[in-house]
Amino acid sequence: MGILEVKGVNKRFGGLQALGDVNLSVQEQTVHAIIGPNGAGKSTLLNCLVGKLIPDTGSVMFDGQSVLGRTPYEINQMGISRVFQTPEIFGDLTVMENMMIPCFAKRDGSFSMTAFAAVRNQKDIIEHAMHALEDMNMADKRHMHSASLSRGDKRRLEIGMCLAQEPRLLLLDEPTAGMARADTNNTIDLLKQIRDTRDITIAIIEHDMHVVFSLAERITVLAQGTPLVEETPENIKGHPKVREAYLGEAQV
Amino acid sequence: MDAIILQILNGLDKGSAYALIALGLTLIFGTLGVVNFAHGALFVIGAFCAVTLNRIFSISFETTDPTKVDFLGNPATIKTTYLEHWFGAGPAAWMTDWSVPLAILMAIPVMLLVGVIMERGLIKHFYKRPHADQILVTFGLAIVLQEIIKFFYGANPIQTAPPDVFIGTMDLGVWLGFEANAIAYPYWRMVYFLFSTVIIGGVFAFLQFTTFGMVVRAGMADRETVGLLGIDIDKRFTITFAIAATVAGLAGVMYTPITPPTYDIGVELLVLSFVVVVVGGMGSLPGAVLAGFLLGIVESFASMNEVKNILPGIDQIIVYLMAIIVILVRPRGLMGRKGVMED
Amino acid sequence: MLGLEKKDFTLLLIVTVMVIFAPFVLNPFPEGTAMAQMFNAGYPDLMQRFAIFGILVIGFNILFGLTGYLSFGHAAFLGAGSYAAVWMFKLLGYDIIPAILLSIAVSGLFSLAVGYVSLRRSGIYFSILTLALAQMMFNMAYSVLGNPSSSYNLTNGETGLQVYNSDPQVLLSATDPNFPHLFGLSMRSETHLLVGNWDFTLNAGYYLSGLFLLLAFYISIRIFRSPFGLMLRAVKSNQQRLNYTGLNTRPYTLMAFVISGMYAGLAGGLLACMDPLAGAERMHWTASGEIVIMSILGGIGTLIGPILGAGFNEYFKNILSKINDSILHEWLSFLPDGFEDIMVTLIHPFVGKGWHLTLGLLFMMVIIFLPGGLVEGGQRIGKLFRRKKADTPSDETPVE
Repeated sequence: MGILEVKGVNKRFGGLQALGDVNLSVQEQTVHAIIGPNGAGKSTLLNCLVGKLIPDTGSVMFDGQSVLGRTPYEINQMGISRVFQTPEIFGDLTVMENMMIPCFAKRDGSFSMTAFAAVRNQKDIIEHAMHALEDMNMADKRHMHSASLSRGDKRRLEIGMCLAQEPRLLLLDEPTAGMARADTNNTIDLLKQIRDTRDITIAIIEHDMHVVFSLAERITVLAQGTPLVEETPENIKGHPKVREAYLGEAQV
Repeated sequence: MDAIILQILNGLDKGSAYALIALGLTLIFGTLGVVNFAHGALFVIGAFCAVTLNRIFSISFETTDPTKVDFLGNPATIKTTYLEHWFGAGPAAWMTDWSVPLAILMAIPVMLLVGVIMERGLIKHFYKRPHADQILVTFGLAIVLQEIIKFFYGANPIQTAPPDVFIGTMDLGVWLGFEANAIAYPYWRMVYFLFSTVIIGGVFAFLQFTTFGMVVRAGMADRETVGLLGIDIDKRFTITFAIAATVAGLAGVMYTPITPPTYDIGVELLVLSFVVVVVGGMGSLPGAVLAGFLLGIVESFASMNEVKNILPGIDQIIVYLMAIIVILVRPRGLMGRKGVMED
Repeated sequence: MLGLEKKDFTLLLIVTVMVIFAPFVLNPFPEGTAMAQMFNAGYPDLMQRFAIFGILVIGFNILFGLTGYLSFGHAAFLGAGSYAAVWMFKLLGYDIIPAILLSIAVSGLFSLAVGYVSLRRSGIYFSILTLALAQMMFNMAYSVLGNPSSSYNLTNGETGLQVYNSDPQVLLSATDPNFPHLFGLSMRSETHLLVGNWDFTLNAGYYLSGLFLLLAFYISIRIFRSPFGLMLRAVKSNQQRLNYTGLNTRPYTLMAFVISGMYAGLAGGLLACMDPLAGAERMHWTASGEIVIMSILGGIGTLIGPILGAGFNEYFKNILSKINDSILHEWLSFLPDGFEDIMVTLIHPFVGKGWHLTLGLLFMMVIIFLPGGLVEGGQRIGKLFRRKKADTPSDETPVE
C-alpha cells in the first residue's frame, strides 16, 4: 500500500479524454517522477491530486483517506504540499512573513481569529520560521521583499514554505521549468538534500530528463492520459514504449 | 393574455437601453479587459447630444419689422432661428421636429471622438494595472464627466420631444385580435426598440463579417494568442472602445424622449447594466443582449400591481435578486463560457 | 505600551494629541476675519465629520487595504447603523449607548449576510455584487420599507427617519436632555474658550466621536500587526498560495468584511447621535464611492492614511463649496480687471456647487500618479530629503 493511491481515474474536458484509467501508487519515502510528452495529462493528474479538479471517475487515496471532494486547503492540511511551476509566493510580503504563514497554518489550522495578538510576540512561530529559513540558507534575506528575490531564490522560498508545514507528500510541478542551468542544478541539489535528510515522499512532474534521472527512484511514464510504464530510472532509459511515446520529442 | 403582452412590450424599451449599454461594457471588458465605470456617463453624453442639437436649432437672431408695432408702439422684434434663415421655414420646422433622430448624425462623430480620447488619454495606461485601479479611475472619470454636464446643463431634467408622427400610442391589440386599446404602446418606444435591434444587429454583423471583427472576437476568446500574432492590438483596442462608446451614446440620444435626461441618469443605468453583464455572462455579447431584454421584461412584470400586491416593492429589487441568484448558482452567467471569470 | 511597538505607539500618541487639540489647531484664524470664515475648520459639525468619517474609512481600510477586496457597498452599512440608532432613540429614548450598540450589531449582521454572498466571488465580481446588494438595500429603504402608510415603515422613505414627540421613548426621564446624550451629557453641549479674538468650541459630541476614533484606530493597529492581519495581507498578495498552504481564505475575508461593516455601523450610529435623523441617501452607491475616494486619497493599506483621507476630503469639500464668485473676485483683485474676470470664469466651475468636479479630478490624479495617496506623497517627499543624507538600503516593512 503506497502513501498515495490513484485508482481508475478518468477526466474528460468536453471531447478530450485528458486522463484515461490512471492507476498510480507512490510508495512512502521515495521520489516518484511522472514524466510524459506535452499534453500527456501530467498537470491534469496533479490538479486532481490537490483538489483543483475532481476526476469524473476513480479514487485518489492519501494515507488511506480519500482526497476527492475536498478543497485544496483541506488536502493541504492532510499533509500534501504543492510547489507550482512558476513560484507562487506572497510577493507583497517579506521573506520572513512568507515563511511565517505556513508556520501559522501548521500551528493553528485552516482558520484562526488571532486578531489581537501581535505577530512579533509569537515566539514559537518566529523560531519555527527562522529555522525553516536557515534550512533553505535564506535567513540573511529575511527582511527582503520577496518579490525582489531572484527566480532561484523564489523557488527556494516556495519549497521552504512547503517544507515548513512538514508535509508527508511534496508535489512538485516542473520545478525547474524556465530556469537557467545553474539554478536548475541548485534546485536538484536542494531536492536531493531534502530527499536524503527528511522523512518525506516526493512526487515530481518533470519535463527535464536530467532532473528526473538525478532524483527519482521510480518513474511513471504518462502518454495520452494513460500510464505506459512504471519502472526504475535504469530500466526506463532503454524502454521501447517510452522511446515510442517520446518519438516526437526525440531530443529530450 | 393581453396584459402579459403589454408587460413584455413595456419591458422592451428599458431592456433595449440595458442591452445597448451592456453590449458596450462587454465589448470593452472582453477585448480590453477593462471594467468601465464611466460607461453610464457615455450614455449621458449621447443624451445631451440630442439636447444640444435641439438647442442649436433654436438659436435665433432678432430683426425689427418696421411695418408692425407692438402694444407700446415700438417696432416689433421678430425672432428668427438661423435654421429658418438658412434653410427656409418648411425645412427648419421639419429639422426641429426631427431633432432627436438627427442628433444621431451629430452623436456618432462626437462619441467616436470621446471614445478615442478616453481610450488613448486614460484607459490605455491602465491595461496593466489591477482591476481595482481600473474601476477606480473610471469611477473618477464618471464623476468628472457628469459634473461637467451638470455645469453646462444644470441639474433639472430636460424635455426633448420626439418627431410629431411618433407622438401618441399605437393600438397593437387590434392587430393581434384583442379589443381596442387593450395593448396601447407608445410609438416612440417601438421606434426605440427597433432602433436598438438595428444597432445590435449592426454590431454583431460588424464583428461577424469583417476582418476587424474577426480579430476582436479572437481577442475576446484568447487575448494572449492574438497578441502573439503580431496584430496591431493598440489601434484595434482604440477602435473597439470608440465603437462601444458610440453604441452607448446612441442609446442615450434616442432615449431622451422616453425619459428626460439629467446629468446623473448614467449612474443609475450603470449599476443596472453591470447587473445585466453579470447575468448575461462576463465577456459574452449575446449574453449581454439577452440578459438586457430579459431583465427589462422581468422588471416590468414585477411592477404590475397584481405582483406588487403579493410582494410589495419587488419591482425595486427584482433585478438585483436575479443577479445574486445567477452569481451564486451559475457564476459564469447565462451564456458565459466555462472557466471565464468564475472566481 | 498597550501591546504596541514603539513606532505604532508614537503614531497613536500623535493621533491622540491631534484629536484633543483639533478644536484649537483647526481654528488658526481669529474670529470674524475673512480667513477664519474660509479656512477655519474647528467648529463642532465639521470636526465630528472628520472623526466619524475617519472611523468609517479606518474600517473600510481593514477590508480593502489589507485584503484588496474593493467593496462598493459600504455606505449601506453606514445607513443601516444610522437607522438602528434612530430607532433606539424612538423606542428607548435619547441615551446613546443602546443606540451605538444596536448600530454596530445591525450593521454587523447585514455585513455578515452581504459578505457571505459576495465573498463567494472575488475581483470585479465582488465589487459588482456588493454594489448590487447595497443598491438593493438602498432601494428597499427608499421605497418599500419607507412607505409611511404601510405597517412596516422602517425608514420613513424620502422624509427620513426622525424622532417624534409621539414616539414611545420608554426610558426617557424628565431630567434627560431632549437630544442624544451620554449619561445626561448632551451631544450638543459645548464650552467656548475665548482667547483674545479667538473662539474655540469644545463640543461633547466631537470629543465622544474622537474617543471612538482613537479606539477604532487602536484596534486597527492591533489588527494590522496580528497574525490575522498578516493573513489578510497574504489574501491580497496571493490567494492561490494561501489556499495551497492549508488556509481557508473565506472566513478570513468574511471576518474582515464584518469588522469593516461594524466600523461603518459605528460611524452611522455616531452620525445619528450628532444629529438624530437618518435618510436613505446615506446608503446610495455613490456614497459608497465617496468612502472609496477617501481611502484612496489618504493611502490604502496604511494605518494613518484613512484618517488623512477622511479629513482631507471633508475639509476640502467644506472649503471648495464655500468659495463663490464674489470671494474669487476678492482674492484675484490684484489682477488687471479683464484678466480677473477671465480667471474667475475659469475657476468658477470648480468651486461652490462644482466641488464634486474638483474632487473627482483630484481623485483621478491620485490614482494615476500617486496610487499610494497622501501617505505615499509624504514618503516621496521624505525620501527626497533623506536621499541627500545617506544611501542606506531600506529595511522597512511594507505596511506603515
